[in-house]
Formats: sequence, C-alpha cells, structure tokens
Amino acid sequence: MPVDVKARSASGAKPATPGIRLHDVGLAVAGTDILAGIDLEIGSSPVTVLLGPNGSGKTTLLRLLMGLAQPTRGRIELATDHDGRCRRAFVFQKPVMLKRSAAANIAFALRAIGSGAEPERIQQLLAQVGLIAAAARPARKLSGGEQQRLALARALARQPDILLLDEPTASLDPAQSKIVEDIIATVAASGVRIVMSTHDLGQARRLAGDVAFLVRGRLCEHAPAERFFARPSTDEARHFLAGDLVI
Amino acid sequence: MDGSSALALILSGDAALFAVVRLSLLVSLSAVALAAVIGLPFGALIALTRFPGRGAIVVTLNAMMGLPPVVVGLLVFLALSRSGPLGSLGLLFTPLAMIIAQAILITPILAALTRQVIEDLWVEYRDELTAMEAGPVTRVAALIRDARFSLVTILLAGFGRAAAEVGAVMIVGGNIDGFTRVMTTTIALETSKGNMPLAIGLGLVLIVIVIAVNVLAWSVRHWSERHAG
Amino acid sequence: MSLRKLALAFGAAVVMTASATLALAEERSIVVASTTSTQDSGLFGHILPLFKAKTGIEVRVVAQGTGQALDTGRRGDADVVFVHARTLEDKFVAEGFGVKRFDVMYNDFVLIGPKSDPARIAGGKDIVAVLKAIDQAGATFVSRGDRSGTHAAELALWKAAGLEPQVAKPAWYREIGQGMGAALNTASAMPGYVLADRGTWISFKNKADLVIAVEGDRRLFNQYGIMLVNPAKHPSVKKDLGQAFIDWIVSPEGQAAIRAYKINGEQLFFPNAAAK
Repeated sequence: MPVDVKARSASGAKPATPGIRLHDVGLAVAGTDILAGIDLEIGSSPVTVLLGPNGSGKTTLLRLLMGLAQPTRGRIELATDHDGRCRRAFVFQKPVMLKRSAAANIAFALRAIGSGAEPERIQQLLAQVGLIAAAARPARKLSGGEQQRLALARALARQPDILLLDEPTASLDPAQSKIVEDIIATVAASGVRIVMSTHDLGQARRLAGDVAFLVRGRLCEHAPAERFFARPSTDEARHFLAGDLVI
Repeated sequence: MDGSSALALILSGDAALFAVVRLSLLVSLSAVALAAVIGLPFGALIALTRFPGRGAIVVTLNAMMGLPPVVVGLLVFLALSRSGPLGSLGLLFTPLAMIIAQAILITPILAALTRQVIEDLWVEYRDELTAMEAGPVTRVAALIRDARFSLVTILLAGFGRAAAEVGAVMIVGGNIDGFTRVMTTTIALETSKGNMPLAIGLGLVLIVIVIAVNVLAWSVRHWSERHAG
Repeated sequence: MSLRKLALAFGAAVVMTASATLALAEERSIVVASTTSTQDSGLFGHILPLFKAKTGIEVRVVAQGTGQALDTGRRGDADVVFVHARTLEDKFVAEGFGVKRFDVMYNDFVLIGPKSDPARIAGGKDIVAVLKAIDQAGATFVSRGDRSGTHAAELALWKAAGLEPQVAKPAWYREIGQGMGAALNTASAMPGYVLADRGTWISFKNKADLVIAVEGDRRLFNQYGIMLVNPAKHPSVKKDLGQAFIDWIVSPEGQAAIRAYKINGEQLFFPNAAAK
C-alpha cells in the first residue's frame, strides 16, 4: 500500500499521535469522479465520523484511508507514532468470515502481523467483544451481530493505531448496536484513532469527536462535532441534519 | 440367470476378480495422487495470478477436461513405445504407463476445478486478506485450507473419472492377464467373449465403487457445511 | 493440518506400492504380442502357467489383431510375436523384424451363421461357392475389418470367389473393426454370417441362435506361427527369455500342453511344430 509515510512535524520531533492527512485527494473511475478535492486531516479527535447521503463516497474514502485503493489525484500522508509505524485496521460493512472457528479467525489475524497466536491473547480479544462463548463455533454460523463483533476483534488483534469502520452497526438491532458502540468508545479511549461512517445521526452525535460531511464525492464540511450539529455552516449540512434528502 | 451368477461370482471372493479390482483401485488412486500434486498447485496459481494469456489458459484447461481418454491413451502409447521418444524407459504395457495416462487425463480436471474454487474464494476473501496484510504465502495457504472440503470433492471427482475410463488403460496397458487388466478392460474383454456373468459382476462392483465415491463426496460436503460453514 | 498430512501419507503409500509392484514385475518376464483369437479361446490361461512353473518366466500377452501384433513387434514393444497369417509372418521375417518363423499349431476357420440361414448355404462344403451365394443373396455378413489373421483369411477367400466387398462396400457387408468375440456378438445380434476360428467359436459363451454353417473346406485351414523379434533391430528385446518360450512351445512338452487344452471335451488347437 504505497503512500507517503512522513513525520508530520516539520521540526523533526516525532508526534505522539498517529493520523492521516489528505492533500487534494481524488479518485476517478472510468472518467467519473467518485471523490474529488478532498483536503482532510484525520486524528485531531479520537473519533472522526464520516457522514453523508448514500453514494457520497464515504466507503471509497475509508478504503483510500486504509490503502485498499489508490487516489488518482493528490496525495495521502500517514503520520507515524513514536515507534515509526502507523498500523491501520479495517472493519468492512459486510465482513467475510474465514471458514473456520471464531477463535481461529482471530488467530489468523494475529499470525498475519507476525504476532504469536497465544490462547490468552485470543481469549482476551474475544472477551473484549463479548464472544467468549462462541470461540469454538464456526464463524460463518454466527449471527450478523456476532460476525460484526468478530470482525472488530480481528481488527483489534492487529493492535492498530487507526481503526476504520464502514457502517459498523448498519445491519444490527439496537441492542447489538449498543454493544458495538460501547466497544468503539472503549477502544477510542485507549488511544486508537477511529474513523467510521454511519447513516445513523444519533450514533454520530453519540460518538463523534469531529465530523466530515460528504456530498457527491466532495468534502462539504469538516468541523468538531458540537459545532457541526449545533451550527452547521453549509446549506447541505443544514438540510441533511433536518432530515431532508440532499440531492 | 446372468444376474445371480454374477452375484455368486462376487460373493465367492473369486481371486482373479479381486486382483482385478485391486489393480484398478491402485492405478486410479495413484493417478489421482500424481495429478493432484501437479494439478492443485497449478490451478491455485492460475486462480491467484494475472498475466497476459491467462484467459487463454483458463479456456484451454476447461476444454481439456473433456479430453477423450482414448486419445490420451494413443498419445501416451506413441510416447512410451520402444520406437517412441521415451521408449528406453520400457514403460509400455505396464501399470505405471496406465497411471501416467490416467494422471494426464485427470490433471486438467483437477486444475480447472481447483482454479474455479480458489478463484471464487479469493473474490470473497480478497479485501479481508488485504486488510489483514496477509503475505502471498499466507493467502494461498488460507485459501487452500478453507477450500479443503471442496478440494476433496474435486479429488473424488477425478478418481471417479479415472476409475470409469477404459480407452486410455486399454491402449497403454495392453490388457495383459494378471498384470495390466483392470475392471473396465476386463468388462470390455469378457463382454466380447460373451462371458456375461463375469462382465456383469465387475460392472456391479464398478457401479458400487462409483456410488461409494459419490456418497463420500456428498458426506464431505455435508460435514463441512455443518462444521466449518 | 492433519487432513493434509493424512493425504500426503496416503499419496506416498499409493505411489510406493505402485513402484514396488512394478519393480517386482520386471523380474523375469517377456511380452508376447498375440492375437485376440488365441486369447479369447483361453489357450494362454492353460499353457502359460505350465511354462512359468517350469522356467519361472512370466509371459505377458498383449492380445491384438495379427496386423497390430506384427506392428507391435516392428516397434520393438514385444519380444515375441505369435500370430496366424503366414504371408504376413514371412514378410515380417523378410523385412528383418523377425529372426525365424516356426510352425506351432493349427486349427480351422468355420463359417458361422444364424439358424435361419437366410442365404440357404448351411451344410455347404465349398467355401468359395458359399461366399458367392451370400453375395448373390445380399445376406448380412460381419467382417472383423481389423487386419487380423482371421480378417486376412476372410479377404483371401472373397478374392478366391472373385469378389472384393471390402472395396465395393455393399450394404450387407458390415466391417466392425474389432476382435473375434465382438464380431460373433454382432453376428448374433444382427443376425448375420461371420468367419470365425474354431477355437474362439468353441469357447464363445453367447452363441444364441448361431450355428456352424460351413466347415471342412481345405481352404479354411488356419496355421499359427511364432517368431522372436529381432534384437538387431531393437536391442531391448529379451532374446534369451523370448527364445526360451519359443523353444518350449515347439518342444514335445509345449506341444502336449496345447493338445491337452479342451473345452467341453473338444480340442481347440492341433500342434504341428516341426519335430527336431
């Protein structure tokens, strides 16, 4: 995943918090702009929420931040932490379980980063997402909510500096959503930077530290959460928060 | 009348019958093993790489699944004959020639089906494996491991094809009594001699084996669905 | 993981057994290219165990049509050739592919036909006249069409009758390109006439409504000959073992073994090797 990996601080001192900076980033496919002109800095608050109507480019932006896709314009810069690394992890909207047990899925993620797959570590991760009881069950036989949580555990197994989540509670009922939101909050509190997209304005209000609002592939507004929700500065944002369809 | 004497022959444990069945299984199982060693990795490789001409290779592999056994037999025969390029090996009219011919016959089947299975699974797994930063070896191992039940089914299909063919083994084996005579060639021979009880008896054994292989394949799929999703 | 190990072990075991089987088999053995009529008659099943018991040499018979058997010898894929077409055998030796030809045994050909006898030739004594009658009547005739000794004999008889059905290809002449057993099955099913060697006929188990229509004509005589493939042409030929087989089969002991082979009390082949 070739991106610029530079220290952000020009003074030479390595920063303590990881982050990502996008400079005029755009992604065009077959002549059509999916994203264009994105200037954005991630990492100023623990949880950045991407908001916007369907098709606004939230998923694409997340994939660019992860390095799953490359921008066709502009540049993405990763800020490394004091160890010189910036590890990212991703939870897909529809996560794919490996055809093995829940515990084995986590073990796989651990081994992929060169970490040992010790049973205690696996148990700890399963406990973190409340799936201890499901450890030995085939992962594909878990419910949607359980699979989402297992995907989260797999991502956390990577000990990421930045955790990216694409609509993590889109297909979950309120009870399951609460469990996942609590986990996200806990993870954010431990110092991991979170970037997540959501449809749910309530969830955005609950979790967001700052909000990036996208419309039709452009970054319409980026502001700290309280300011965005109380005093949005663009018409589109006002309409969106009022519940109108923003076309 | 013919049916009951056929059964009597099977149940009496006729030694010649038994030897023929044993050789058939040995030849076809060895052929599958050999074909698997070549075909499975090749199929996985094609599934996971992109290069110019890949599409042509995929189409050719799929087409070669329908190679007529008798044509394969003819080509191997010409190669292994003393007057042929590999004649000094002295392999014609031996069980090893039969194993080679059947292996050539079923390698395309194993490779083409493996490619399909691995490619389908790769499409499913690609994003996740990339996000987990799994290296190339880890990826291939994960795909093969998670596809293992499908791969077993593919092996069983290859075995079924090998055990049922008569054209290749007849030509390269020579149907030598007590040496290269297998179930299918014996059925052909005994039928031409008008010896129906033995032909039918062997036919029944062959059908039972084919059914058993299919039941095994079904059980593997069923078990895998229940235990691994 | 353990599944893979199991599979590997299994594969290794199979391949090892296979090669072991082959290694053993290589020991003292020769390949004899012979005809389907000799094989189908069951003669080899009777005489080869006797030869093996005496010499320890395993004889592997590849049974094909005479033409194909001679070609196998030409290619060096057999050590000995044992067929029944005198002219072709002499040519084989003349071309340098065979060392020397020996008489071994004879039987005769018989014309087989349906009991209903559509050409009305049953009981005839003149094979040439009978073939002309079949041609006239347009009665179904099955030909082996496979360059076998029987096929060669059949064509020679048609020629003696002034006919060439294999060229003219009239509708009643059916060339099947297969062995004697298959030809008899086809003649039984169509139904039709077919030229067969007596040995195969006697041991054929699916006679249905077929009977011997014509026999006894001197032109139906069928001589078998044996030759060692020339090691000068193919150094891989096992000449000592091959010669041992030839020596045995023309010896009084081998000849007696041939004479002793009977089906339902009927002798199939008549040994006539030259006395030494």
